[in-house]
Amino acid sequence: MKVNLSHFEAALLFSLFTSIVLGVVTKKTDRERVRYGLYCFACFVVALFGLGWLMYLGHG
Amino acid sequence: MSSKEQKPRQPMPPLSVWGPAVALAWLVPGGGHFLLKRHGRATLLLVSILAMFLFGLMMRGEFLKPQGGDLLTVLIYYGGFLCNLLSGIPYMLATWLGYSQPDVAGAVHDYGTKFLVTAGLLNVLAMVDAYEIAAGKKN
Repeated sequence: MKVNLSHFEAALLFSLFTSIVLGVVTKKTDRERVRYGLYCFACFVVALFGLGWLMYLGHG
Repeated sequence: MSSKEQKPRQPMPPLSVWGPAVALAWLVPGGGHFLLKRHGRATLLLVSILAMFLFGLMMRGEFLKPQGGDLLTVLIYYGGFLCNLLSGIPYMLATWLGYSQPDVAGAVHDYGTKFLVTAGLLNVLAMVDAYEIAAGKKN
């Protein structure tokens, strides 16, 4: 079985799994874990769009 | 006296306390947490790390092998090999079952390689967390 994902889909999946693990291992209460996981995921997505636009504009 | 007094360092607990949890955490992603009866967190770790690893395989990522050369090459290939190894049983199973993907050009393959390496790095975080729980440094 082989999957063909776009850059965006692959980066989004990467962000999702990484955020879950970061949320689970770094904080002490469940509430903090959920909030930190969501925060990490939001940071990944913002960086994804930011870098995407930067490359698009930089490329001319 | 300074207000920034450092707390005295606590002695490291004996290996028998944290060793089994850390070893199981290495072999099975989330296994250390299962052993320590943190079932919810263990399930999340298992699903996330295993999914990352399986997506890496399905994207036909490459297992990096130790390779000499300039400093950056050594760092990338030795580091990548170590990270793959730290994925535990999923990596061993994939190798034993004959998964072998040569390095080919393409964004999807490249993402796959990164997914495989990151699965190992995330497993290291899970191992550290299991150690802290087993050693009583964290609830």
